[in-house]
Amino acid sequence: MTALLPRRGLAQILALIVILAVDRVVSPQFFDLRLQDGRLFGSLIDVLNRGTPVALLSLGMVLVIATRGIDLSVGAVMAICGAIAASLADGHGLPVVLAATLGAGLVCGLWNGFLVAVLGMQPIVATLILMVAGRGIAQLITEGRIVTFSSPDLVWLGNGSVLGLPVPIVIALGMLILTGAVVRGSALGLLIEATGGNARASELAGVGTRAMILAVYVWCGVCAALAGVIAAADIMGADANNAGLWLELDAILAVVIGGTSLFGGRFSLVLAVLGALIIQTMNTGILLSGYPPEFNLLVKAVVVLAVLLLQSPKFSGLAGIAARLRRTKA
Amino acid sequence: MIPIGAPDKTSWETRLMTPKVLFAASAMASLLLALPASAGQLTIGFSQIGSESGWRAAETSVSKQEAAKRQVNLKIADAQQKQENQIKAIRSFIAQNVDAIFLAPVVSTGWDSVLKEAKEAKIPVVLLDRDIDPSGKDLYLTAVTSDSVHEGEVAGEWLAKTVGSKACNIVELQGTVGASVAANRKKGFDTAIAKHANLKLVRSQTGDFTRAKGKEVMESFIKAEGGGKSICAVYAHNDDMMVGAIQAMKEAGLKPGKEILTVSIDAVPDIFKAMAAGEANATVELTPNMAGPALDAIAAFKDKGTVPPKWIQTESKLYTAADDPQKIYDSKKGLGY
Repeated sequence: MTALLPRRGLAQILALIVILAVDRVVSPQFFDLRLQDGRLFGSLIDVLNRGTPVALLSLGMVLVIATRGIDLSVGAVMAICGAIAASLADGHGLPVVLAATLGAGLVCGLWNGFLVAVLGMQPIVATLILMVAGRGIAQLITEGRIVTFSSPDLVWLGNGSVLGLPVPIVIALGMLILTGAVVRGSALGLLIEATGGNARASELAGVGTRAMILAVYVWCGVCAALAGVIAAADIMGADANNAGLWLELDAILAVVIGGTSLFGGRFSLVLAVLGALIIQTMNTGILLSGYPPEFNLLVKAVVVLAVLLLQSPKFSGLAGIAARLRRTKA
Repeated sequence: MIPIGAPDKTSWETRLMTPKVLFAASAMASLLLALPASAGQLTIGFSQIGSESGWRAAETSVSKQEAAKRQVNLKIADAQQKQENQIKAIRSFIAQNVDAIFLAPVVSTGWDSVLKEAKEAKIPVVLLDRDIDPSGKDLYLTAVTSDSVHEGEVAGEWLAKTVGSKACNIVELQGTVGASVAANRKKGFDTAIAKHANLKLVRSQTGDFTRAKGKEVMESFIKAEGGGKSICAVYAHNDDMMVGAIQAMKEAGLKPGKEILTVSIDAVPDIFKAMAAGEANATVELTPNMAGPALDAIAAFKDKGTVPPKWIQTESKLYTAADDPQKIYDSKKGLGY
């Protein structure tokens, strides 16, 4: 498996290097790092730190997509969990806040999983329900206001640091290792891939596909909850209207950039997270470049297209043919 | 027996006559509508957009306060951000034969037919906070709105005055690309600082009017401008982005409000909290009190027939640390921002 990884991830690693190089050109101090109040400070840290929510979302999303599903509700779940965290933060300790928010994420995931695995709804429609309703629920919790808090424990989760690294990065790294250990350390990953590859065949072969599908949506909900808490802790407040808005699309994009097919089957956790980092490296580069904001989305679209073309077997096939033609002409 | 056509005759036109007729007419109207209100009390229907933002919630609560102050019976219909709900609400206000209708339009087009119905029923309509498509100018009495270009100018002028003749590099956090408020606030600010050669806008990016994006963009500005040392002032198109930017500056070891001047727009409670802590310098108010001037215009129109101008501009008041920010914070925080 590990021997396969470099070959599979070559396109993504190349893309990341190219984008980093472009960032270095538009902003000469891009790789500068220094310590600020015991915390690493620099654009690279910004990329990792700002990329955390999408990286966490993509960790859950990649498993859902591997089962041939999709979860559109993660942005809304972030908003719900951020709202819960902010409402509880000043009256309760961090364990209570975390238990409540992760519990809420788990319930959201169960709801999605129930609709998909038990009622057999199409994932895109099933999760659309919570995507729409979830933001409303978050607004009900915050009563439409931005709920702020000052609890130092929760603020630490967003702005604190461990050995110089911002806490969100450490959490995301921890989640990556945990998820990887669970799905790759056991046959679980294989069973998830089997479910996505061919659900009926897997079912007949004895794979509990329903349980698999339920489990991945629950995990996706938990990851979204964590992302929501971090996003709220970062701005010391819950903004129900904007927290996680459109991030479900970034998470899906990260998974796709990471080479996992929307038709399910084989997946890679590391490459999905790498996909999230590619997106954020690009976003940070755009912000540093000083170009007018009207170009932001256009630049992003062009880069994404380029990265996806780089991965497309048809496209590399075409490029190969073109190269051969040139050679024969010469 | 009251004739069927009575509701039309007892509408606002009739009441412009002598007080006695006015009394009789409104008494009849009250009878007709079976309102618990006293004879002279105005009933106004307010079609509010919904709870799209904290400012909107504050506008609703201030409207209630202003109506109560003037003993006006204000009926608020929440449209949940949907035009069809607003049209339904206006039709129902017309059916109830209210004295006037306030409308905070969710979109600028598509009001012609329902406003014509109001006009035919002789019920004056006042637009609050937002204008509608110019084709409908004769369909409403007046519009009470803020001038967002002027808001940007007030912010720019404060900065120019505060900086004096020193050279000053400014970074700007824009609102959502394509939003007219963002374009106007930028235009006003640009005009104000263009008169001063020492003020230079060095970076401008969108923060989408949110705290999270405001913080992220400010982080990148700080990195791009040598750790923030060359930034002299931040201008944000709304306070929420500034609150995020203040956090970014603090985390970078900078002192917002002292080393880096801040000026933003809206005057939401949290910016006063930052001001009280010495971390923000100035904000320009987008007043949530649009109903007050509208109620005064309607009262003058009903009593004396004074036709107000087509546009009533609300005051874009500047607040600084000298205005007792803690007190303003306490007075604003209950409004639902």
